[in-house]
Amino acid sequence: MAKILMKGNEAIAEAAIKAGATNYFCYPITPQNEVAEYMSKRMPEIDGVFLQGESELAVANMLFGASSTGKRVFTTSSSPGISLMQEAISYMAGAQLPVVIVNIMRGGPGLGGILPAQSDYFQATKGGGHGDYRVLVLAPSTIQEAVDLMMLSFHLADKYRNPVMMIGDGMIGQMMESVEIPEKYTEPELPPKTWAATGARGRDPIIIKSLYLDPNLLEDNCSILEEKYDRMKKEEVRFELYKIAPKNKLLIIAYGTMARICQTAIDELEKEGISAGLFRPISLFPFPEDAIYKEVTKKNISDVLVIEMSTAQMCEDVERAAVGKKPITFFGRTGGIVPSPEEVMEQARKLTDKRKPKPGKKKA
Amino acid sequence: MESKEKIIFTRPESLTDRITHYCPGCTHGVIHRLVAEALDNLGVREKALGVAPVGCSVLAYNYFNCDFLEAPHGRAPALATGFKRLRPDMIVFTYQGDGDLASIGMSEIIHSANRGEKFTTIFVNNAVYGMTGGQMAPTTLEGQITTTCPQGRNVAQTGQPIRMVELLAALVTPAYLERVAVHTPQHIIKAKRAIQKAFKYQMEARCFTLIEVLSTCPTNWGKTPEEAINWLEDDLIPYYPLGCKKDPESLERDDGAV
Repeated sequence: MAKILMKGNEAIAEAAIKAGATNYFCYPITPQNEVAEYMSKRMPEIDGVFLQGESELAVANMLFGASSTGKRVFTTSSSPGISLMQEAISYMAGAQLPVVIVNIMRGGPGLGGILPAQSDYFQATKGGGHGDYRVLVLAPSTIQEAVDLMMLSFHLADKYRNPVMMIGDGMIGQMMESVEIPEKYTEPELPPKTWAATGARGRDPIIIKSLYLDPNLLEDNCSILEEKYDRMKKEEVRFELYKIAPKNKLLIIAYGTMARICQTAIDELEKEGISAGLFRPISLFPFPEDAIYKEVTKKNISDVLVIEMSTAQMCEDVERAAVGKKPITFFGRTGGIVPSPEEVMEQARKLTDKRKPKPGKKKA
Repeated sequence: MESKEKIIFTRPESLTDRITHYCPGCTHGVIHRLVAEALDNLGVREKALGVAPVGCSVLAYNYFNCDFLEAPHGRAPALATGFKRLRPDMIVFTYQGDGDLASIGMSEIIHSANRGEKFTTIFVNNAVYGMTGGQMAPTTLEGQITTTCPQGRNVAQTGQPIRMVELLAALVTPAYLERVAVHTPQHIIKAKRAIQKAFKYQMEARCFTLIEVLSTCPTNWGKTPEEAINWLEDDLIPYYPLGCKKDPESLERDDGAV
């Protein structure tokens, strides 16, 4: 397929279809409505299922039922809607159901606003709902990457039998960029879905549940989940490096659209003689903590700067990964305000100035 | 010598041979059996999917011999919707109590009914939260004593008990809605007929189908099984009148409108 110009939300929808996810449940919420509108038009054309539910609560539980058939299913929503879905996400994680949930994030807390934000990092990566579980979280920074990660999300959901969440700030949904969507998503072969409820014909009944009243059995189930999360940490860590070089004193860490703004800032800083590199986590769970440790502890790095469209949420994971080896500075904007390249550069300049030898003082 | 004895009453194939956890005198077991008999009679066990609720029947999946999902509290109709939309060829039913369906799951059941989802809901109404130990339900009768209304339900503060089938019958979308009871053999036969009819309508993809079954809860009513049956007859049925409230065969409504 040739490159075409597409809005993020529509590209996400088409990518899902190409990955074989022709079953979609939704509830309207800004800024991701174009996905629902696109799917409502496309599903009748290809004999898929489109259903607008009565609430995000119901929609997430419809996904629970739909996923139990073994077919690929997904929903898209935005921050307050994702909060309502947490109940079913916890149950689906417990019952080991593969579903894909897209969160086109807007500013919170509460009803917040409708402009881009990254303030659902904790919710996405630290559980969100009750109980000992994780969802695999991916964060694209371009529309093309949103397309690629959307298709990958379905593969990973099936591979691990676990909910996968793709989170993008509002810009990922609303921005238009040129994208290439393959005619069909090609992926490594997956085992047959023998766990799916397809009718007890010639076999014992299949029960899909998260209830284990016997504490030993519940612990067994938690251990199965824990093993999966450990395997994700080994096999699914994804990140990208930009302008990492031995001359760098500064390491900037940012994800999603924020990382692109940081790239612009890094290019501009270079002209001022400040050399900085960027570490961009793509998988937020599993978090690339070993890779961050490696970059942070490089001898040339004197400062780490974390930039987010939230109040230092991912920064906590960076601190955890860096285990106090280098000073970490945070800068973020909230409310739907996106930090500008100039603001990022200002932070970088401050850190660089701080490290310069003070005039009039001799070096020891 | 050939035996003249013939087995004429056996466990339905759609039930497992596990012993249930239900209390003595509770009619969940009877209702399970009626659902299983309907699945057997229609020959759909192998393509049936049940959705269990949260409540006393949370473990229903242990007793039915067909595929099952265990739903979050009140969400069984949403799970059934999602499943049935993808597998219209399968026979899907939810099995829900009154706390599950009429309180926390009110939204899910109303919207499923209004969309005309082609699944069957077995709604077991015993006017109390059973599993959690006998708290007030939306269906608890006026003056009925529960652990959270020890002075008896005060309708001035908590509203009148909800008549679910009447409420659902008010929707314009066609549906099959009937209220039955299982406290006497005669009522059990009628209940079985209604449940089977609901599944038959589902197989024909005609409409949403819900059978409300008035059920006993001697434990949480503080009654003997016999007293519970009498209380159901004397107190529950007068408030929750039995009968068909809506049927696609007769679209006329009670108010005479068509």
